[in-house]
Amino acid sequence: MTYQDPTGKLSEKLLDRAAPDRAAFEDLVIVPLFAVVVALILGALTMLATNVDLATIGKSYVALLNGSVGSLNAISETLTAAAPLTLAGLGLALGFRAGLFNIGAEGQILVGGMATVIVGFSFPGMPAAIHLPLALLAGAVAGGLYASIAGWLRAATGAHEVISTIMLNLISYRLIDYMLRLPFIQREGRADPVSKSVLESAELPRLLSFIDPNLRVHAGIFLMFAAVAAVYWLLFRTRLGFEFRTSGESPDAARYAGMRAGLLIVLVMGLAGALAGLAGANQVLGVLGRATPGFSAGIGFDAISVALLGRSHPIGVLLAGLLFGALEAGGRQMQVDAGVSIDLIGIIQALIIVFIAAPLLVRALFPWGFSKLTKTSKE
Amino acid sequence: MNIELRGITKRFGSLVANRDVNMDIRAGQVLGLLGENGAGKSTLMNVLCGLYRPNEGQILIDGKPVAFDGPGDAIAAGIGMVHQHFMLIPVFTVAENVVLGVEPTGPLDHLDLKKAREQVREINDTYGLEVDPDALIETLPVGIQQRVEIIKVLFRSAEVVIFDEPTAVLTPQEVEDFFKIVRGLRDDGKAIVFITHKLNEIIEIADRISVLRGGEIVGGGDPSEMTEAELAEMMVGRPVSFAVDKTPARPGEPLLEVRDLVVLRDNDDIAVNHVSMTIHRGEVVGIAGVQGNGQTPLVEALTGLRQVAGGEVRFKGEDITHAGARKRHQLGFAHIPEDRQRTGLVPAFSIAENMVLDCYYDDRFSRGPNMLWKVVNETAARNAAEFDVRAPSVFEAVRKLSGGNQQKVIVARELSRDTEMLIAAQPTRGLDVGSIEYIHGRIMHARDEGDGVLIVSSELDEILALSDRILVMFEGRIVAEFDGATAEKSKVGLAMAGAVA
Repeated sequence: MTYQDPTGKLSEKLLDRAAPDRAAFEDLVIVPLFAVVVALILGALTMLATNVDLATIGKSYVALLNGSVGSLNAISETLTAAAPLTLAGLGLALGFRAGLFNIGAEGQILVGGMATVIVGFSFPGMPAAIHLPLALLAGAVAGGLYASIAGWLRAATGAHEVISTIMLNLISYRLIDYMLRLPFIQREGRADPVSKSVLESAELPRLLSFIDPNLRVHAGIFLMFAAVAAVYWLLFRTRLGFEFRTSGESPDAARYAGMRAGLLIVLVMGLAGALAGLAGANQVLGVLGRATPGFSAGIGFDAISVALLGRSHPIGVLLAGLLFGALEAGGRQMQVDAGVSIDLIGIIQALIIVFIAAPLLVRALFPWGFSKLTKTSKE
Repeated sequence: MNIELRGITKRFGSLVANRDVNMDIRAGQVLGLLGENGAGKSTLMNVLCGLYRPNEGQILIDGKPVAFDGPGDAIAAGIGMVHQHFMLIPVFTVAENVVLGVEPTGPLDHLDLKKAREQVREINDTYGLEVDPDALIETLPVGIQQRVEIIKVLFRSAEVVIFDEPTAVLTPQEVEDFFKIVRGLRDDGKAIVFITHKLNEIIEIADRISVLRGGEIVGGGDPSEMTEAELAEMMVGRPVSFAVDKTPARPGEPLLEVRDLVVLRDNDDIAVNHVSMTIHRGEVVGIAGVQGNGQTPLVEALTGLRQVAGGEVRFKGEDITHAGARKRHQLGFAHIPEDRQRTGLVPAFSIAENMVLDCYYDDRFSRGPNMLWKVVNETAARNAAEFDVRAPSVFEAVRKLSGGNQQKVIVARELSRDTEMLIAAQPTRGLDVGSIEYIHGRIMHARDEGDGVLIVSSELDEILALSDRILVMFEGRIVAEFDGATAEKSKVGLAMAGAVA
């Protein structure tokens, strides 16, 4: 028997990339689109059921649109809300890709943000070119180290990261409460737990204040776009990313390939925590200017939805983060214009997630527009 | 009861799984259904069992057309299937499993297990099955579990019994017993359908043979007038050589030396019990044995995936007892793992990514932190072409390939490098004849280039065809050694069952 490729032609042919699969396209684009539509419809029905009249419902959806993309201010608000969600969502997506279900972004945001605040109000007189990066770095490192605890516990003892990250969240709440009362952190002359304010040299500069000082969008959105690119590069272009993805898809195959599972777990958790820490830094340096108890405001939990909605793909996470940012900004407008509770936005977000998580349900609700699923294509 | 299939066509979207299939299943006869993986055997039988509805064609029972709305209808009509993977609850007794779903009940839904036991005994006695109705399934060997599946089918008063690849999990001795049971059922007037891709078995047991290829019946007839070669050609569509192209071995210096190796299972039971062996350059050593006698832990220990509890492994004189998988890989070990889907491949990854699964860190494929995907893709395409992986492109997910092509991806990855020692576990399990022929050829090619080769397989025929030396493993020990050229199948089979000569 001979094993020669008769010509190089066959191998050349194998390098042709096939056109994207119809089913894959539907899963990535059409299903999320329909999910949003269905969620909005069901949201309207919910309002109807709570005795909101049709005119108000119409008004509230107009407000949702106006408040999220209807004006420069709306877009500024959407981007401001999207940045921390995307940053933390990227970290979680990294974990999901590597098979780790990290629930601890909330705690990592708090710890990272706290470290950032401390660096941010210390060092008066330091030039911004050093102070700002240093403050960001402090957030990333603190968030990363905090998350690595869960990673290390998993690698060394097998303690499941879902449990340990939830526990670390609870610890972080009280840790922040405690730290905010420490004399060198608490603002002078205040009895309530509020930190000193971040110095101007550490603030993420507002980008559009020359147009209107009320436009809150700040340099954190560059951080967001850079992080999307960096995570994309890491996951799909690097050796480490290949190892992450392999151990996420098949731990057995990763072991067989000689990858070091324990080290990878700690690294992934560390990187995920660093991104969540950056989200925290983004909040305290760009929006809040100081730390208060629970300043994370549930971003770490919304980020789980963002990561899932984005299918743990950096671009997807960015789009999902923008969508959630838009819902948040628009939701506030909805409350102002139509007097509808902002809780409705929570319901719509939750419905979107339900429909994304159940693509078959969306396909069943909208039988047209989808190619028919056959047994073979499911295999 | 006689069943006729008339012009059955089953389509999935644009794919035609069965095209105009005609088939007669007659009482008191064994119909052998032969075909490669993906030939449409399972689809056809699922149509017969009421799981699928055919797009065209008819099923006639004793001349009368029937339509099944679901598996329940087929069972009610007297059609029963023994699946390849048993559907038994391990912690239930035989009787409990048999009555599952059709439990005899008294007032207030009282479960009448006594009646169930009696009925199981009755079936036992009629067909000489010898199964204890009170035994727990998890304590029974695979061969007996299969009988429980048969009892289940008979308990539902099946007149037609379909066996899907029934011998894949049995030892040669168990196969003999199984054939006796099948003949008993046939003589009792049952209609039997026997699905397999093993030619020798179908010739032995079948009264008539039908061969499926590409969803169509391509031939058939009386097994006494047919040879294995004819059947294989019908099945594959081209002449197939069975004899592995094998020149006499020229064993060289010792390559892998194993002394007193002890390996534990996860629960600390002894899996490999003081095993010693030596594998030389240029020879194939085959390890025969019924599954679960320590072969898997042995391979895991030799490839660095499982901790060694005692003893020593030397490779070219160097102590590698505690070396990890990557270290061994770098020393020139190639490993074809027994579970290609779970261990050997990442099903969701592309062919290209799988092609570098254990060598992605190599200087050829990465620079600094970056993967050189262009090089990876080109290498993968070259290897895929050279190793006959049939796929539209190297960007195709491995999950979408057939089992044979998946295995070829692994073989390509492992053997396209310069290797010195090949360890292959169940290298052709579940593959079609064409792929088996190809992979066997590749393994012998590696041997002829001076590699030491260790093959572990539960297919005795495969061990006999490939090995220069055969070791038999039973309950963690090597209990017998045979010369590959002169070994008799029956003797090796006896040793596999623990009867040491």
